[in-house]
Amino acid sequence: MKIDIILAGVGGQGILSIASIIGYAAVKKGLYMKQAEVHGMSQRGGDVQSHFRLADYEISSDLIPLGKADLIISVEPMEALRYLPWLSADGWLITNNQPFVNIPNYPDEELIKKEIDNLPHSLMINADQIAKDLGSERSANMVILGAASPYLQMDFEALENAVSEVFAKKGDDVVALNLACLNAGRTYAMEQIR
Amino acid sequence: MSKLLLLGDEAIAQAALDAGLSGVYAYPGTPSTEITEFIQHSKQAAEGNVHHIWATNEKTAMESAIGMSYAGKRALVCMKHVGLNVAADPFMNSAITGANGGLVVLVADDPSMHSSQDEQDSRFYAKFAMIPCFEPSNQQEAYDMTYDAFDFSEKYKIPVMLRVTTRLAHSRAGVERKTIRPQNEIRLHPNPKQFILLPGNARVYYKELLDKQTHFVAESETSTYNKLIDGPNKSLGIIASGIGYNYVKENFIDTPCPYPILKITQYPLPTEKIAQLLDECDAVLVAEEGYPIIEEQLRGLLNRTGNIKGRMDGTLPRTGELNPNHLAKALGIKEVHGPAIPEIVVGRPPALCFACPHIDSYNALNEAMAPYGKGKVFSDIGCYTLGALPPYNAIYSTVDMGASITMAKGAADSGLLPAVAVIGDSTFTHSGMTSLLDAVYENTPITVLILDNNTTGMTGGQDSHALGRIGNICKGLGVEEEHIRIIKPLKNQHEQNVQIISEEIAYQGVSVIIPTRECVQTLSRRMKAKKQHML
Repeated sequence: MKIDIILAGVGGQGILSIASIIGYAAVKKGLYMKQAEVHGMSQRGGDVQSHFRLADYEISSDLIPLGKADLIISVEPMEALRYLPWLSADGWLITNNQPFVNIPNYPDEELIKKEIDNLPHSLMINADQIAKDLGSERSANMVILGAASPYLQMDFEALENAVSEVFAKKGDDVVALNLACLNAGRTYAMEQIR
Repeated sequence: MSKLLLLGDEAIAQAALDAGLSGVYAYPGTPSTEITEFIQHSKQAAEGNVHHIWATNEKTAMESAIGMSYAGKRALVCMKHVGLNVAADPFMNSAITGANGGLVVLVADDPSMHSSQDEQDSRFYAKFAMIPCFEPSNQQEAYDMTYDAFDFSEKYKIPVMLRVTTRLAHSRAGVERKTIRPQNEIRLHPNPKQFILLPGNARVYYKELLDKQTHFVAESETSTYNKLIDGPNKSLGIIASGIGYNYVKENFIDTPCPYPILKITQYPLPTEKIAQLLDECDAVLVAEEGYPIIEEQLRGLLNRTGNIKGRMDGTLPRTGELNPNHLAKALGIKEVHGPAIPEIVVGRPPALCFACPHIDSYNALNEAMAPYGKGKVFSDIGCYTLGALPPYNAIYSTVDMGASITMAKGAADSGLLPAVAVIGDSTFTHSGMTSLLDAVYENTPITVLILDNNTTGMTGGQDSHALGRIGNICKGLGVEEEHIRIIKPLKNQHEQNVQIISEEIAYQGVSVIIPTRECVQTLSRRMKAKKQHML
């Protein structure tokens, strides 16, 4: 068993929290894991990505080879497209549909949506809105993780436990909010799959 | 013991603590910063009273680590690759004096220049100083090698280099720990003559360093970190060093690699093992992360055999970090690619944060400089280097830490006036103070903007040694008090700031302007912590 994930977004959008939750659940399960992160200059509003690899055997490369990613999980729609060369033929792209515009030449949103819709396996979700309705837009990353959860080959309960553990230090309210976002994302994805 | 999920950097920090570390010395620099930060937040370090405060620069860090080693305790000094240029003087000479307590020099290289101005390969420095070097291929090895490096250092009384690259430094994996070793007691060297590098002593200990080389090579030959893995197909042999080894292996997950592989992660090079591979195989592919240092040595000046492949003959790219696809191509393995990136996708370069004080500083500076035209602002290393990008397009050069002031001075000396330097508070204390003294000494007509955001911003908001001191430092260096101007970089102070900058640019001597406002990142972190504290 192996699952390779590209996590994508803009510096500061919380892709590393997504990674730490999947990582926490995976390690509990006794899987091997490697996760390459971006630190430093790009974190200042630039594009950031994380190569996240899980397997039941020892993983060699910290980087996923092109065409081998089972999932692209993105908190920003244009950033999702930046990593398409990594996506495998039957891989899925799960992304927030809300753009993060911090550049003057951001492309037409409709064109981005069209590109994503043209992919054989993609799912877009308004994670910002769902998270906002539940209490805070800042938890949009958990909505995305919830939406990606059916594709993770992992018990949903294990992810829920991971969210509780990882956010425990920040208090019960924060845990509850993030769990609600995780569940809402999953519910949305399950409806789409059906 | 269960595995910990650690960044390569964190694995190094944990290993150093477990190996009985007494102090870490460092200046923040991507991708090495997280090592010191891990130790700063470690309970184990706090309980052991392990030194963990940031140093002013890499040279002072290296020297403090040397001092701790001479006292008999184990010290770790961490820096990014270009930091070793700053620390090169003590580094090179510490090879001659040798170590007393274990001394490990961690250098994190940045191939592909993710956050750096060059991709220099620190293995050259290890070779130059003639000290052993470990180059871990994964997080577990990063842990094990750090732990072992201290023993190695004490066994041969020699500083040991640990070389990692960005990819390993910033990638997380499970790491198993070893038993915790107690810290050394203070233990003076029985013959401290070797620590006094008078020429007469230095000649003696330089010879001793040369004599140690055979031992180092012998260690490399027998080290489990250098292993020759046989393969049936001898048309090609592979030498893979550091994380280059992972990228080779990634291409042979389902089928075993048919070619013999020599994995090298400990230097100096194991010559016998290399000879064996070269004798057995028709050609050799060298996969190393960084400069082609092994490849170049195997080719020799004339490349007579012509059977060494790698970065120098185009089999692998000459620049940048490696990846599994580069190796697939080099090995003739079929690659798959996902869909191409759609044309509508545009670059998203890093940018100054919303409400960053540097924005207001550059806006004011640009307006004050408008009458003089472009090419007169020399800048430095930090977030404010982003002033090179639109919409500011404010700066003419950025080279190395502290260079802005001296570049402006050289330009002024040449007659290019006005000449302005832009430097951050932490960079100023790192390497700018001596530059300013040069200008003061000659009363060179330059204007220096020291952008004081109270922190070391680019690397994530570490403490700045300049905090609350910049004005006094400038005064102490001899800048006239009336030409040290503190301004607040805010939109509503813009007109006044332009006025002050213009006045000082017009002044025919050394002037310093200090736009002072806290970094928005550290400010928001501070506010959040305060709020949480109140709850």
